[in-house]
Amino acid sequence: MAGIVGYGAHLPRHRIKAEEIAKTWGADAPSYKKGLMLREKSVPPPDMDTITLAVEAARNALKRSGGVDPADIGAIYIGSESHPYAVKPSGTVVGEAIGATPHIHCADFEFACKAGSEAMFVALSHIDSGMMKYALAIAADTSQGAPSDALEFSAAAGAGAFIMGKENLIAECLYTHSYMTDMPDFWRREHEFYPQHGGRFTGEEAYFAHTKGSSNALLEKSGMKPGDFQWAVFHQPNGKFPSRVAKELGFTKEQIEPGLLAPALGNTYSGASPIGLTATLDVAKPGDMIFMCSYGSGAGSDSFIWKVTERIDEVRDQAVKTAKLLHENLIYVDYGTYAKYRRKIKKNY
Amino acid sequence: MTMFSSRNWREYPQRYRLEASKFKKSGKTYFPPRDVDPETGDTEKETVILPDTGKIITYTVIRVAPGQWGDMSPYGLAVAELTDGTRLMAQVTDCDVEEIKIGMEVRIEFRRIQTESHEGVLSYGYKFVPKWY
Repeated sequence: MAGIVGYGAHLPRHRIKAEEIAKTWGADAPSYKKGLMLREKSVPPPDMDTITLAVEAARNALKRSGGVDPADIGAIYIGSESHPYAVKPSGTVVGEAIGATPHIHCADFEFACKAGSEAMFVALSHIDSGMMKYALAIAADTSQGAPSDALEFSAAAGAGAFIMGKENLIAECLYTHSYMTDMPDFWRREHEFYPQHGGRFTGEEAYFAHTKGSSNALLEKSGMKPGDFQWAVFHQPNGKFPSRVAKELGFTKEQIEPGLLAPALGNTYSGASPIGLTATLDVAKPGDMIFMCSYGSGAGSDSFIWKVTERIDEVRDQAVKTAKLLHENLIYVDYGTYAKYRRKIKKNY
Repeated sequence: MTMFSSRNWREYPQRYRLEASKFKKSGKTYFPPRDVDPETGDTEKETVILPDTGKIITYTVIRVAPGQWGDMSPYGLAVAELTDGTRLMAQVTDCDVEEIKIGMEVRIEFRRIQTESHEGVLSYGYKFVPKWY
C-alpha cells in the first residue's frame, strides 16, 4: 500500500488571544475558552498566504523525505478554502518553488475544511494505481471569520504537506474511507468575503454525523477497535468537537492529545487534521497505529489508518516539529493589527 | 511602483528557488545569476542553490513605505551574507525593527513580496526572518 514518504508543517508566528477578540465585540471570552476550548489562534501576516504556507510545509516534507528529487513528483494537489486567486492555481507556484515543474499534474482542491484530506486521498490513489512514483498533497489555509462572528475566534492559518510514495515509507496507509452527503451547514458564495454558517446546525447533523459515519465505517472495514490505535486525529473546528467525538467513538484523551492543536492554534480549516497528523507523527514510534478523520462542511469526512514505520526515528528531527511552531517564539497582536493583517479594514489602494 | 508580472516570471529561478551561477574559472558564485563572470569573462558555469541561512551585514529601516508595503511598515531591508559567503538583499519580516541588528542570524522564507491592489498579480519570493530554530 501507498503511504507517507515525507511530511512537514508550517505555521505563522503571530497569535491573537480570545480575550482580545472578545474585548472588541463585547463577547464573553470564557465561554469561548471553556465552552469551545479556544484560547488563541494563529494570524498570518500580510506577506503570508496559502501559497507561502504550502511552500514552506512542502520544503519541510522534502527535508524528511530521504532525498526525494522534486522532479520525480508526478502530482501536486493543494486543498484550501483560501486559495489566493479565484482563477490561477496555487499548485503551480508551489511546484515551481520546490523545483517540481514542468512534468507534473496539478490541481487545487476545494471542499471547505476537508480539501486537504481530499488532496491526500487522491495522491495516495495515484501511488496505489502505479501512475507515478511520488505525489505531493498539501493542506493549507488562511481562513477568514466575519468580524464579531463566532468563527472569528477560530478561523486560523497553517499548512501540512505530505509526499506520498510506495517505498521508504514513514507511515503506510492501510485503509481509507470517505463519507459524504449534501449538507448546508457552512458555505461561502462567489465573490463573498466571509463564509456563512448554520450556527448549532453545524454540530450534531453535520460534524458529528459525518465524522462518526466515516470513522465507524473505517473501523468496521479494518476490523479494528479504538483501543488498537496509539493515536487519533480528528478535524478540529474548536477544541470541544474533536474531544467529544473522540470520546463518543471510544478514543481516549491521551490518544488525541498530540494532534489536538485547535485550543492554541484555532481552526486551520483544510489544514486542521493534516497538521494534527504532522504533530502526531512527530511523537509517534515505529509500529504505532494512527487513526485520522477529517471533516469538511457541505459535507463529508475522509478517514485514514496509518501504520508508522521504523523510518520515523530517522526523519523526525530533519525538519522543525509542529509543536515547536505552535508553542515557541510567538508574536501576539492586538485586534487592530489583526484587522489590518487580515484586510478587514476598508482603505484606498 | 509595481513590477510587471513578466519580469517576475523571468526571475522565478532566483526569486523562488535561490538559483545562483557559479563560474568554473574563478569559483565565484553570483546572485542574481549572471551569464558572464564580470572578472574573468568566463561563461562556463553551473547553477547552484544558495543556502537558506546567513547573517545580516547591514540594514536600513523603512518607516514611510510605498503604498502596497504600507501594511507592513515599519520594516527592515537588509543585506545578509549567507553561509556560503553570497550576499543578497531582502525585506526582513516577522521582526520588530528595534530587534534587527548587524550580525543577527536570519533564515530565508518564501513570502508574498508584492500585492498589486485587489485585482493585480501576486508576486512571491524570498524574505529574511529571524533564525529562531
